[in-house]
Amino acid sequence: MLRMLLRHFTLLLGSAILMGFIAVAWVGPDQMKYEPEKVSRNTYEKPSPEYRFGTDKFGRDILTRVVYATRLDLRIAMTVAVVSFVVGSVIGAIVGYYGGRLDSILMRGVDILFAFPAFLLAMVITGVLGDSEKNVITAVTIAYIPYFVRLTRGQMLTVRTLQYADAAISIGNPSWRVILIHLLPNTLTPSLIQMSMVAGWAILDTAGLAFLGLGITSPTAEWGVMISDGAQRITTGEWWMWLYPGAALVLAAFAFNLIGDGLRNLLRLQ
Amino acid sequence: MTTTPDTGAMDNSPSLWLTFWEIIRSYPLLHYLFRRLGLALLTLVGIVVVAFFLTSVLPGNPAVVRAGPLANEERIQKYEKEMGLDRPLAVQFGDYVIHLGQGNLGESWTSRRPVQDELKERLPATAELGIAAFVATLAISLPLGILAAVYSGTAIDWAIRLFATFGASVALFWLALICIHLFYYKWHIAPPPLDRLTIGIDEPPNVTGFFTIDSLLAGDIDTFRDALNHLWLPALTLAFVVSAPMTKMIRAAMLDVLDKDFIRTARAVGVPFRQIILVDALRNAFIPVLTTSGIVFGYLVAGNVIVERVFSWAGIGQYVWQALDVNNLNAVRGFILLIATVYILLNLVIDLLYSLIDPRIRLN
Repeated sequence: MLRMLLRHFTLLLGSAILMGFIAVAWVGPDQMKYEPEKVSRNTYEKPSPEYRFGTDKFGRDILTRVVYATRLDLRIAMTVAVVSFVVGSVIGAIVGYYGGRLDSILMRGVDILFAFPAFLLAMVITGVLGDSEKNVITAVTIAYIPYFVRLTRGQMLTVRTLQYADAAISIGNPSWRVILIHLLPNTLTPSLIQMSMVAGWAILDTAGLAFLGLGITSPTAEWGVMISDGAQRITTGEWWMWLYPGAALVLAAFAFNLIGDGLRNLLRLQ
Repeated sequence: MTTTPDTGAMDNSPSLWLTFWEIIRSYPLLHYLFRRLGLALLTLVGIVVVAFFLTSVLPGNPAVVRAGPLANEERIQKYEKEMGLDRPLAVQFGDYVIHLGQGNLGESWTSRRPVQDELKERLPATAELGIAAFVATLAISLPLGILAAVYSGTAIDWAIRLFATFGASVALFWLALICIHLFYYKWHIAPPPLDRLTIGIDEPPNVTGFFTIDSLLAGDIDTFRDALNHLWLPALTLAFVVSAPMTKMIRAAMLDVLDKDFIRTARAVGVPFRQIILVDALRNAFIPVLTTSGIVFGYLVAGNVIVERVFSWAGIGQYVWQALDVNNLNAVRGFILLIATVYILLNLVIDLLYSLIDPRIRLN
C-alpha cells in the first residue's frame, strides 16, 4: 500500500493540488470580504492582516483578485484541454481511419500549424480575433488541436489493422460507428496524458497572453493581468503585486504537469 | 517528326525529366532529400497563405490607426489607397506574393521602412539572447539529464525530475520578475532591465550584430562587460525554463542507451564507467536529443517574445508585439514567415542529418 502511494506520488500530489484549486474556484469568491474590481484608497499596501496579499495601484485586494482569477483561469484551461482533445481526437481518428488523400492534405495542414510554436500561434490568433475570454479560448484551442490530431491519427493507423476492427466492419457496422465507438476508445490513452499537459500549457499561455496585453485584459481579475500590473512596479519593489498571482499560476500548471507525469507512469505500468 | 528511340541523349524533354527522376530515385538519399525539400516548400507556401489571410482579418483598420485619432474620413481613405487596402484581398495577396518573390516583405506601416530591413536589424538581438540561453540550457540540462539517468530510481533522479516538472510549469514572465527583483532591486548585481546596453554607452561597430562579439572585435572591453552584464540575466531566465524539457529528453535518451547490450558488454569487459557514460552512452543518446531540437527551438522563440518584453530587449519578439498592437500587418506577416522558415529549415537539416546517421529513416 505504502509502495503504491509512493509510486503514484506525483499523480496523487498533482490531483490534491488541483482539488485544492477547484475548491478555491468553487467556494472561494463567496468567502472574500472585498470585490475583485472595487477601487479603494489604500493603494500599494503591503501584505497585512487586513490585506493578506496586499493591494495594487487601485487599492484592490490582491487575495480577492487571485481567488476570483482561479475560477477564470481554471475554466479557460480546462475548456481548452477538453475541446482541443475532443476535436483533435475525432479529426485524427477520421483521417487515420480513411487515410488516402484526405489524410495527406490534412496532415500538411497540421505540419503548417506545427511550424509555429503554439504560444506564438495563439498570440497571432488572439490578435486577429480580439480580446475576450471566448477568443482566447478559441485561439489556444486551435494552437493545441494539431497535437491531438497527430497523436490520435498515429494510434489509429495501428488500431485499424487489428483483428477486432475487421470483425466490427464485417458484421456490418457503419464506418462512423466503427471509428467512434469501436476504434477511438482504444486510441485515447496517450491523448489523456496529453490532455493534462495541454491544460498546464493552456493556463500558462492564457496568462502569458494576458501578460502581453492580449486576450483577457485589465481590469479583469486574471493571474497574467495581475502579474502584468505588478511588472510595472518591478523597479520600485512592490513584489506582492506579482508574486502571489504568479505563485498561484505556477502551482496550477505544476499540478497539471504532475498529473500528466503521474498518468504516464500509471498507464505505462499496466 | 520522327522519333529516334535508340539515342537516349537526343530524347525530348518529358523523357529527360523521367531520366532525371530515375537517377534520383536510384539514390535513396537523394530521393529522400528531394522529397523533403518538396514537402518543406509546400509547407512554406501554406504558411505564406495562412499568414497573409490570417492577419488580413485582424479587427480594426490599419489605415485608421496610421491616420491617427483626429483624422477625417477623407484622410483615412487616402491612406487606405496609399497602403493598397482598398483593393480586393486576392489582388493584395497577389501583390504580396510578387513582392515576396523579390525578397521584399512590404513596408512597415508605422515606420514606413521595409519590414525585411527592420527584421534584419533586430534579429541579432534575439539571436544573441537565444544562443546564450541555448548554451546555458545545455550547461544545465546535460549534467542533470546524465545524472538522473545514471542514478535512475534514486533520490537524485527524483529530485532532478521534480526540478524538470517544476521548470515546465514555471511561467517565464513570473520567473523573470523574480530574477529582476532579486538581482537588480535587492542585490544590485544586475543592471536595470532596460535593453542591451546602459544608456550612454554606444553600440559597438556592427559586424555580427551580437554586442558581446562586436565589442570584443573592436577591442572595447568596457562595452563588452556592459553587454555581457545585460545579457546574462535574461539568458539564464530563459535557459531555466527551456532546460526543463531538455533535461527530460536527455534523461530519457540516456536511460534508453544505458539499457543496450553494448553498454553492458563494455561494462563487462571493464571499460571505466566514466568513459562509458561520457563517451559511448552520450554519443548515442545525442541522436534522439538532436531530433527534438525543433521543440527546443520552439521553446526558445516563444520564450524570447516574453523575455524581450520583460527586459525591454529590442529583438524581433518586441517588434511583433508592438506590431500586433497597432495592426502593422506586414510586420506581423514578416515575423511569421521568418520564424516558420527558420523552423522548417532547422527541421529539414535535423532530418537530413538523422537520415545520414540512420539509413533506416530514408528507406521508409
